[in-house]
Amino acid sequence: MKILVCISNVPDTTTKIKFAEGNTSIDTAGIQWVINPWDELSLTRALELKDDVTSGIKSVTVIHVGPPASEPTIRKALAIGADDAIRINAVSADAWFVAAQIAEVVKKEQFDVIMCGIESSDYNGSIVGGMISEFLGIPSVSAVSDIKFENGQPVMIREIDGGKEVVTVPAPFVAIVQKGIAKEPRIAAMRGIMMARSKPVKLIEPVAVDPLTQIVEFEKPAPRAACKFIDDDNPAQLLDLLQNEAKVI
Amino acid sequence: MSVLVYTENWDGKFKKLSFELVSYATGVAKMLNTTVTAVSIGKVDDGELIKLGSYGANKIINVNNEKLATLDSQAYTSVISEISGKENSSVIIISNNNTGKAIAPRLSVRLKAGVGSGVSRLPLNLNPFTVYKRTYSGNAFAHLVIKSDVKILTLAQNSFDLIETPGYATIENLNPAVDGALLKTVVKDVQKQSGKILLTDADIVVSGGRGMKSPDNWPPLVELATLLGAATACSRPVSDEGWRPHEEHTGQTGKIIAPNLYIAVGISGATQHLAGISSSKYIVAINSDKDAPIFEAAQYGIVGDAMKVLPKLVEAVKELKK
Ligand SMILES: Cc1cc2nc3c(=O)[nH]c(=O)nc-3n(C[C@H](O)[C@H](O)[C@H](O)COP(=O)(O)OP(=O)(O)OC[C@H]3O[C@@H](n4cnc5c(N)ncnc54)[C@H](O)[C@@H]3O)c2cc1C
Ligand SMILES: Nc1ncnc2c1ncn2[C@@H]1O[C@H](COP(=O)(O)O)[C@@H](O)[C@H]1O
Repeated sequence: MKILVCISNVPDTTTKIKFAEGNTSIDTAGIQWVINPWDELSLTRALELKDDVTSGIKSVTVIHVGPPASEPTIRKALAIGADDAIRINAVSADAWFVAAQIAEVVKKEQFDVIMCGIESSDYNGSIVGGMISEFLGIPSVSAVSDIKFENGQPVMIREIDGGKEVVTVPAPFVAIVQKGIAKEPRIAAMRGIMMARSKPVKLIEPVAVDPLTQIVEFEKPAPRAACKFIDDDNPAQLLDLLQNEAKVI
Repeated sequence: MSVLVYTENWDGKFKKLSFELVSYATGVAKMLNTTVTAVSIGKVDDGELIKLGSYGANKIINVNNEKLATLDSQAYTSVISEISGKENSSVIIISNNNTGKAIAPRLSVRLKAGVGSGVSRLPLNLNPFTVYKRTYSGNAFAHLVIKSDVKILTLAQNSFDLIETPGYATIENLNPAVDGALLKTVVKDVQKQSGKILLTDADIVVSGGRGMKSPDNWPPLVELATLLGAATACSRPVSDEGWRPHEEHTGQTGKIIAPNLYIAVGISGATQHLAGISSSKYIVAINSDKDAPIFEAAQYGIVGDAMKVLPKLVEAVKELKK
């Protein structure tokens, strides 16, 4: 069986976001780009499954929709251990555009499991994975916190409000993963970095798809009032403020 | 034309989140000068269903079919898209909780409808249809134009106030044909934690970080939470260390919450932590370091040792409750 891991290229999670062009875009100067944290964990789990001979997983491919500038992120995924990569050569216009491109590739090349993160840390959409599955007409399981294979069958834990479900679906399917899927992201070792250089990255030109949405402006979150400090000996004053000023208790 | 809202139920009951959704849908419908149709799937009695009417739903479609007892995103998508066609819905509203995240994107492809996910305000503009959405994990908000005829909005939990709207709702029962062969998701086991206030539902959250020093120090924090009717949460290192259960981890890679009050005890306030809590209406920080970044996000702060402050706070709350 083959796994396809969808990876998104996002600003490092500590980045101070600044805007450009009259607040219509993000100022990318000085931004460090990383694999979206969820996708890093999803790749880690895919590689763990491949390492386990009983899982039946034979290969792990990463796919990314992005311009040439996102190549370093793809190389990083290869250095961590993916066997090969696919880059669809287009700037991601919206979730619809990205999902349509990935679905197009999966129609031509067989994958048994497609893994996506629950959320990209830049767009915060939580939509690409579900869209891919519907474009392909295959099942999707969302909020997956564990995935393993028993006798070739996937067994997943799906998080629900206030609990968990053990779920299975027939392959091919999309697993949309969240916390728990892997403990720590796997990091690239020197050998992996060397090997990544010679691993294949297949370049695919995008199909024509019109995006359905467009960001026209950004704004900063509303500034918060300065912190009022309360003496550590006077917690009653804090409660008074919470009760009578904030009115939250 | 209509606004369609999917209202999930939990063992036959709605919760605050369902009423937030209907209040929001009613707001959108007012802007569009149209009506609200709510869809409920699963066994819910009329007394419960009619509550949706108090928040502005004009029609409630009660879908009952045993085959839809567990969430199968494909089957649910079929049911909701069919109803949206019949109701001629131009806007479809779903929660952005786990269920919404499973359904909204599939519905989008089925209806060729653009999605505005994680919205927290009414649309900014109708022409072009523009929504206000969280991006960059709360570090920026985007004005997103949805160009398709049908629009799907997923509403961030706890971000929209309940608004009661006097009116009258009709209930329509529907038992759609569900082709068993299309149901692909098999649920083999369910584990539910009962009796606890869910972190994502809670109005008040008391959260502990590494500054709590040891899992043995949690009792006063838990007691404070119990007294306030709050849920408990923690920072990532705390759940990584196994001091607290994983369900409590808030932040970029944990749960994203928006309670009315978030009390952060011994939490430094790293950006990845703030990403999960910055939409809280009020933040209180208790930290021994007066320069900790959490104080920049907080409205109220106490500089001090958590082990000394927490017991005093517990006593003060007890005094207040008398
Ligand atoms: C990709 C990525 C994703 C991440 N996602 C998350 C996430 O989702 N959630 C998250 O929380 N973190 C996340 N992190 C980790 C984050 O960067 C911080 O390391 C973490 O939030 C710090 O946790 P903390 O505040 O509990 O601990 P610390 O940073 O160690 O802070 C402890 C605080 O306690 C105070 N303190 C010490 N003693 C006392 C005392 N006696 N009384 C009162 N205060 C005291 C200290 O002054 C300090 O401010 C992520 C990191 C990365 C790289
Ligand atoms: N440009 C992209 N290329 C490949 N995968 C992506 C891209 N954008 C998003 N994804 C995948 O979709 C998931 C959810 O993204 P989003 O819907 O934007 O929150 C991410 O975790 C990735 O797995």
